[in-house]
Amino acid sequence: MSGIVAATVLASTVAAPSALAGGSNVIAVGVLLAEFGMFRQALLRDQVRLYAAQSALISVLAVVVAATRNLPDLYALAALSFALKTVIVPVVLRRMLRGIGAIGGDPRWNDIAGSHALSVAGAVLIAIAVAAFGFFTVAALGLSSPVLPATALSISAAVVLVSFVLMIVRRDVISQAIGLLSLENGVSLTALVVAAGLPLILEVAFLFDLLVAVVVFGLLIRVHHGRAESMSTAELTSLRG
Amino acid sequence: MHAVMLVLLLMPLGAALICLRAPLVVARTATAVAGIASFALVLALLPAAAHRDIAYLDVLRVDALSTVFMLATGFLYAAVAVYSIGYLSGGGHGEPSSKRTRQLWAGLNLFAWAMLAAPMTSNLALLWVAIEVTTVISALLVAIENTDGAAEAAWKYVVLASAGLALALLATIFAYYAGAHVLGQSYDLGFTQLIAVAARLPHGAVQLMFVLAVLGFGTKMGLVPVHTWLPDAHSEAPTPVSALLSGSLLAVSFYAILRFYQVTEAALGPAFPRNVLLIFGVASLVLSMLYLFGQRDVKRLLAYSSVEHMGILAIGISFGAPAALAGVLLHVLAHAAAKGNAFMGAGVLVRKLGSKQISAIRGGLDLLPWSGPLFLLAVFALGAMPPFGLFRSEFEIVAGGLRSGNYVAAALLIVAVSAAFFGLSASVTRMLMLPLPRQRTLVVERVPATAGAPPGGLLAAAEPKTDTETAAMAPALTRGEPSAWMVVPVAIGAVALLWLGVHPPAVLDELFSRAVALLGGGAS
Repeated sequence: MSGIVAATVLASTVAAPSALAGGSNVIAVGVLLAEFGMFRQALLRDQVRLYAAQSALISVLAVVVAATRNLPDLYALAALSFALKTVIVPVVLRRMLRGIGAIGGDPRWNDIAGSHALSVAGAVLIAIAVAAFGFFTVAALGLSSPVLPATALSISAAVVLVSFVLMIVRRDVISQAIGLLSLENGVSLTALVVAAGLPLILEVAFLFDLLVAVVVFGLLIRVHHGRAESMSTAELTSLRG
Repeated sequence: MHAVMLVLLLMPLGAALICLRAPLVVARTATAVAGIASFALVLALLPAAAHRDIAYLDVLRVDALSTVFMLATGFLYAAVAVYSIGYLSGGGHGEPSSKRTRQLWAGLNLFAWAMLAAPMTSNLALLWVAIEVTTVISALLVAIENTDGAAEAAWKYVVLASAGLALALLATIFAYYAGAHVLGQSYDLGFTQLIAVAARLPHGAVQLMFVLAVLGFGTKMGLVPVHTWLPDAHSEAPTPVSALLSGSLLAVSFYAILRFYQVTEAALGPAFPRNVLLIFGVASLVLSMLYLFGQRDVKRLLAYSSVEHMGILAIGISFGAPAALAGVLLHVLAHAAAKGNAFMGAGVLVRKLGSKQISAIRGGLDLLPWSGPLFLLAVFALGAMPPFGLFRSEFEIVAGGLRSGNYVAAALLIVAVSAAFFGLSASVTRMLMLPLPRQRTLVVERVPATAGAPPGGLLAAAEPKTDTETAAMAPALTRGEPSAWMVVPVAIGAVALLWLGVHPPAVLDELFSRAVALLGGGAS
C-alpha cells in the first residue's frame, strides 16, 4: 500500500516540477528540518532562535503564495505572522528566560541537553519514523490543494507529528512550550497549503490567540520555576492515579 | 432576542472588568448578579430557540442544540457565582489575599463568558477560538492557588489541552478545505453552510476532519486516552473552578464535537462518525469506572466520574436513535447540575475537615446538617439513581441503544454505570457516615440530620449502624455549615435534578426534539 502511495507521490512531484512547486517544497522541507534541529539543540537560546527561523520560513512561504496565487490578504497575514512569531514571541520568551536567569546567568538552566528522556539519536530516529508515517498517511488521503503541491501538505503533517515527539521526549518546560509553538507552526503550514483563502479575520483571531497562549505559558513557566526552582518537568509526578 | 444574545455576551465581560477594579464586595455582587442574570437570559431565550434558529450579525447564531449547552453553563455560572461568595470569604485555611481573590472573581466571569460565547457562534473557527480562550483562562484559574500541586496540574493542563486544540485547529482547517471545494475560497466556515452542501464535500478530508476534531476537542472533553490532564486539574483547582470545569467546560467541548458530527454525518452518513464516538466512549466509560475504585482524593474521584459521564455522552450519540439523542441532551443538563452539586458539596467537606483525602474525611453527615445530605444526594444522582435527572437520561440512552440494535454496547453501559455507582457511593458513604476517629473527637450528642431523603435512607440501612451511636466531633469541628452561601446553590441544584428526573418541563421536550432533528435523529 505505502509503496503505491510513495509511487503516486513521486509521480505527482515528478510530473509538475514547476519553480513554484519546487521552491515551496524546499521551504516546507526547511520547516521540517528546523523541527528536527530542535532535538539537537542543547541551549535554550538556540532553541528559541530555531523557532524564530522556522516561523520566518513560514512567513516567506506565505509571501510566495500571495505573490503567485494573487491572494493579497496573505501579504498582511505574512507580515503579521512575521512580526508576531519571528519577533515578538521570541523576544518575550527570551526576556522571560533572562528574568529567571536561564540565559547568560545560571549555567544550570542554560543547558537543557540533559532534559532528553532518550538519547538524541534515539529521539531523532523515532521522529524520522513518525514523520514518514505522517508523510505517507496524509498522501494516501489524496487531498489536493489549489495553491500548493500536495507534497507540502504531507510535509506539514510530518512537522506536526515531529513536534509531538519533541514535546514527549524533552523534560523541561521551555522545550515543551517551544514544541507546542512549533506544533502551531506545523498547523500554519497546513493552513497555507489547504486553506490559503481562509478569511484574514479568522487568521488574525488565531494569531491573537497564539499571543495570549504565549503569555499564559510565560506565567505558568514562571510559576513552575518559582515553585520547583528548576526548568525540569521530571519532578511533576505527585499527581497520579 | 437579539438584544438578549448581545447582553449575554457583554454582561460577563463587564462583570469581569468590575471585579478587577472595584472593591471585593462590589466584585462578588457583580459576579452573582451577572451569573443569575445570565441564567435568566438563557431561560428567556429558551422558548424562542425551541421553535426557530436565531441568527444575528453573521457570527452569532443560537439554535436548539446550542441552547441546551448554554443552559448548562448558565445554570452553573449562577450557582458557582453564589457559592463563591461563601467559598472566598475565608474560613478554613486563612484569609486568601485580596489580589488573588479579585483575580479569581474576574477569572470566573471570563471563563463563563468564553463558555457562553462558544455555543453562540455560527462559525467553526470562532468556536475554536472561544474554546481556546476557555483553556487559557481556566489554566490560570487552576494555577491560582499557587501550591505545588496546582502548578503541576496547570502545566499539564495547558500543555495537553493546547496540543489537543492544535489538532482541533487542524480539524477546523480541514473543514475549511472541504468546504472550499464546494463553496469557493472565500466563505467563513459557518457550519450551516457546510451542512447545506455536505453531500458534495470530499470524503477523505471530512474523515480526517472528524477524527482530528474528536481527538482534539476530545482532549478538552476528557475522552480516554487523552483525558490525563483532567483529574489533576479538577482536583487542584479551587472548588468553584472545578465545578465549572467539570459541569460546563467538558460539555462545551462536547458541543464542538457535535457540530463536527453534524457536518460529518451529513457528508458521510452516520456509520463512520458513530463508530469513532463509540470507540472513544467505551474506552472512557470502562477505564474511568475502574479508577473510581480505590481513589484516595475526593476531587479526583469526582473528576473520574466526569470522564465516565463524557463516555456515556459519546456512546449515546453513537447509538443514533432519537431516544438516545434526547437522552444525551438531558444528560448534559443533569450532569451539569449533579456534578456542580457534587463538587460544591465536596468543597464544603474539604473546607470543614481541611483535607482532600477520602481517608481523612469522616462524619460528614454529623458535621454538616445541610451539605452532608445534599452531597449524598448529588452523588446518588451522579450514579443515576431514580428519581434524579441522570436516571431518566441514562434510561433513555440505554433504551435508544436497544432500539437501534446496539445490544452489546447498551449492556456494557448498564454494567459499567452500575459498577461506577458502587465505586462512587462506597467512598462517599464512608466519608459521610463513618464517625470521626477517636483522637480527634469529643463526644457530642448527635442531632438527627434535617434534610433527610429517601435514597439516603436506603443506603444508610445497608451501612454499619453508625447513625445510632453518638457521633464524634473534634473540638474545632462543631456541627454547622461554614456558610449559607455554600448551601443555597446546592439545594437549588438538587431541586433542579429532581425536576429534570420527575417531570422535565414541556419546553425542554420541544427543545430536545428540535436538537435531535439537527443531530440526524431517526436516520439510522
